[in-house]
Amino acid sequence: MWTDFPLFPEQASSFALKVDGIYFATVLLSVFFAALVSVLVIIFAIKYRRKSPDEIPRQIAGHIGLEIFWTAIPLVLALGMFVWSTVLYFHITTPPANTLEMYVVGKQWMWKLQHPEGKREINELHVPLGQPVRLTMTSEDVLHSFYIPAFRVKKDVVPGRYTSLWFEATKIGSYHLFCAEYCGTEHSRMIGKVHVMEPQDYQNWLTGGVANEPMEVAGERLFEQYACHTCHKVDGKGRGPSLVGLYGKSVGLEGGGSAVVNEAYIRESILNPAVKLVAGYKPIMPTFKGQISEEGVMQLIAYVKSLKAPELTSVE
Amino acid sequence: MAIAEQDGNASGYAAPETNYINNGYGLKSWLLTKDHKRIAVLYMISISIFFAVGGLFAGLIRLELLTPQGDFSHSDTYNKLFTMHGVVMIFFFLVPSIPATLGNFLVPIMIGAKDLAFPRINLLSWYVYIIGGTLGVIGILAGGVDTGWTFYTPYSSTYSNSNVLIVAFAGFLAGFSSILTGLNFIVTIHTMRAPGMTWFRLPLFIWAHYATSIIMLLGTPVIAITLVLMMLERAFGFGFFDPRLGGDPVLFQHLFWFYSHPAVYIMILPSMGVMSEMIACISRKRVFGYEFVAFSSVAIAILGFLVWGHHMFLSSQSTYAGMVFSVITFLVAVPSAIKTFNWTATMYKGSIVYNTPMYYVMGYLGLFLVGGLTGLFLSNMGLDIHLHDTYFIVAHFHYIMVGGQVMGYLGGMHFWWPKISGKMYPEALGKASAVLVFLGFNLTFFPQFVLGYMGMPRRYHSYPDEFQILNVASTGGASVLALGYLLPGIYLIWSIFKGANAPQNPWGAKGLEWEVADTPPTTFNFESTPVVTEEAYQYGPIEEH
Repeated sequence: MWTDFPLFPEQASSFALKVDGIYFATVLLSVFFAALVSVLVIIFAIKYRRKSPDEIPRQIAGHIGLEIFWTAIPLVLALGMFVWSTVLYFHITTPPANTLEMYVVGKQWMWKLQHPEGKREINELHVPLGQPVRLTMTSEDVLHSFYIPAFRVKKDVVPGRYTSLWFEATKIGSYHLFCAEYCGTEHSRMIGKVHVMEPQDYQNWLTGGVANEPMEVAGERLFEQYACHTCHKVDGKGRGPSLVGLYGKSVGLEGGGSAVVNEAYIRESILNPAVKLVAGYKPIMPTFKGQISEEGVMQLIAYVKSLKAPELTSVE
Repeated sequence: MAIAEQDGNASGYAAPETNYINNGYGLKSWLLTKDHKRIAVLYMISISIFFAVGGLFAGLIRLELLTPQGDFSHSDTYNKLFTMHGVVMIFFFLVPSIPATLGNFLVPIMIGAKDLAFPRINLLSWYVYIIGGTLGVIGILAGGVDTGWTFYTPYSSTYSNSNVLIVAFAGFLAGFSSILTGLNFIVTIHTMRAPGMTWFRLPLFIWAHYATSIIMLLGTPVIAITLVLMMLERAFGFGFFDPRLGGDPVLFQHLFWFYSHPAVYIMILPSMGVMSEMIACISRKRVFGYEFVAFSSVAIAILGFLVWGHHMFLSSQSTYAGMVFSVITFLVAVPSAIKTFNWTATMYKGSIVYNTPMYYVMGYLGLFLVGGLTGLFLSNMGLDIHLHDTYFIVAHFHYIMVGGQVMGYLGGMHFWWPKISGKMYPEALGKASAVLVFLGFNLTFFPQFVLGYMGMPRRYHSYPDEFQILNVASTGGASVLALGYLLPGIYLIWSIFKGANAPQNPWGAKGLEWEVADTPPTTFNFESTPVVTEEAYQYGPIEEH
């Protein structure tokens, strides 16, 4: 019976219990206030029913103490809920350091996903149990929204920028993946499945089937194909900055300010190089807008991420 | 409330021979009228037609959702159905509903004025509305629009293959009609109050309409500009919102919700004003904490301008911006709670009559409670991640906008119908309609809260099997609800021809419109300007605490 007619989705991520907790607390609070007012209104309606047509009740103008009382109580409760919900929000939107990175491109009407090892999927996502996963997402066309109810996560997928979400699956199984932002004709078919697997099964799945080119290798190929390497030389002596060890660092910008080198910054630097120019370099890089696909940009990013600084060798 | 030459005497009331209805016959006398009451009637007829059209779309949506497969209509058809349901209901029914009908009729009478400050602008607003509405209908007949009523870019500006331009322009025009109405109300309330009608003697209906008018006047131009930008991008490829053209789709959402969130309060504040009037009358008692109820309307209007970002917690808006929008949204709960508690306290030790308006008041309180409290789930950022864009949202805003505003509109219509039409309707049917609407509404929309938490996204043409049971319940409820809405349409029209003549003040209510104005009112409302010597809702000597 309970399985045929569930009242809430499965709890399959580390967030699920926390979100359900705040949900039930809010339900209890709401039921309390709804019951309080309803019961009072019904009691008053019965008890003070008009007895004769010319009955005039006492005219009570108000009561300042009561007004303060029922202003203060909702205020305190509302602020308390705000704090609780904001703490939860920060938890859900702040990924830990050791996440598995995966990439998502939404388009009318499918989800294209790629694992760093190269495996590609459409409308399906395989993830290992108990390991934090972070998705970097963008759209090729209109707005979409990546939603896994069993994980209690959702994030809009926006053309022209990167958004991200993370989760840690806690239960083996297959769960709904929905597009939650209306995107046109087949919006309700832009759905799929998320499969949570034992880490060992996940590894087997990753390496099984057709041999795939890892994303960073594909990115390296693009890096050479578009001749990026002629300027972004490894030794830092090219016309563009060296990209080695750059990911995650903060760089000073031409004209003041600084920027953290993250996925969004790399993407912007490929598509709109002149906007945030690294200090000391000239705005000579051409734009690659319209030339590299969203997936190609993601592969380039995976490549840049893989360019780790050599360990304590070159001390200048 | 007022002492004037005339004394409202319910028994043996002799209505004047000419009133605003029979003072001139023929189409021309209506279509060129400058009488706020006739314009209110014109609005009543036109918004009722749009309500029926929007309701028909809703019925077709619910039919499609009876089964998980998208088998009743093509997905494009379904997308157009929910879009046009939203566009028609919001732009052409809900926004004008109470202000343009009851507001238009009652604002001048309640403050003791002969008409609104700008009668010609009032008529113009109706024509602008009708031109907008006609364009909207042409857009629908030409194949409709499929962007959702929110017109989100870049889908609306670049990708959709439907009649976006004409329907968006229709919405743009409807906006101007409400700007004109808001302007008229603000000027009228400021400058045309009768002698003795101080700000704190104004009926709370007027306070609610004052707050609504501020939103109409300040918010609506923003949506007009936003729609123009979107149309320029669609027609001429100006890059405002589509990233391919160098624009930003999230910018559209900011501009859109900067109006459309305050607009939600256009779709609830007037009904709060209606409720204050009705609760005072059915309890025969001054509204408890009058000043607090009055200022809570203004507080809602002001706070309403600062919460638009809560529609965008997941849109890649910054976390800290989200926090600010979240906390201000939580604060809206406070004035809403103040109103609810004061209404409850008004009934305390009152003298409560069980008539049709009372049934609507009870229904309204129940639905508004659920609608308001479920807002707490959505201002809650951690929870909104899961609930955003699901049926939970759909249920929540229907509880506010339909459970609140439409219940308030229908309740108000039953309350003031004797004054407007001069006729009484059958009480038993009135009560039956209130009960049907209440039950049908809950059966339709309560299951959608559960569907939403289970994860069913909104705007889905087909859906996974496990969501079917609750969707069937919802569709069943919709048929009860439709009956509840149809019923007043029938007996109110019947009453015009066959109903008993209404006395001047059938409910024994306080207020210039009941005690001084005739039933139906004469063209200029009062023989001579009334002088107000009492507080609002002064049913007896008022005790201060």
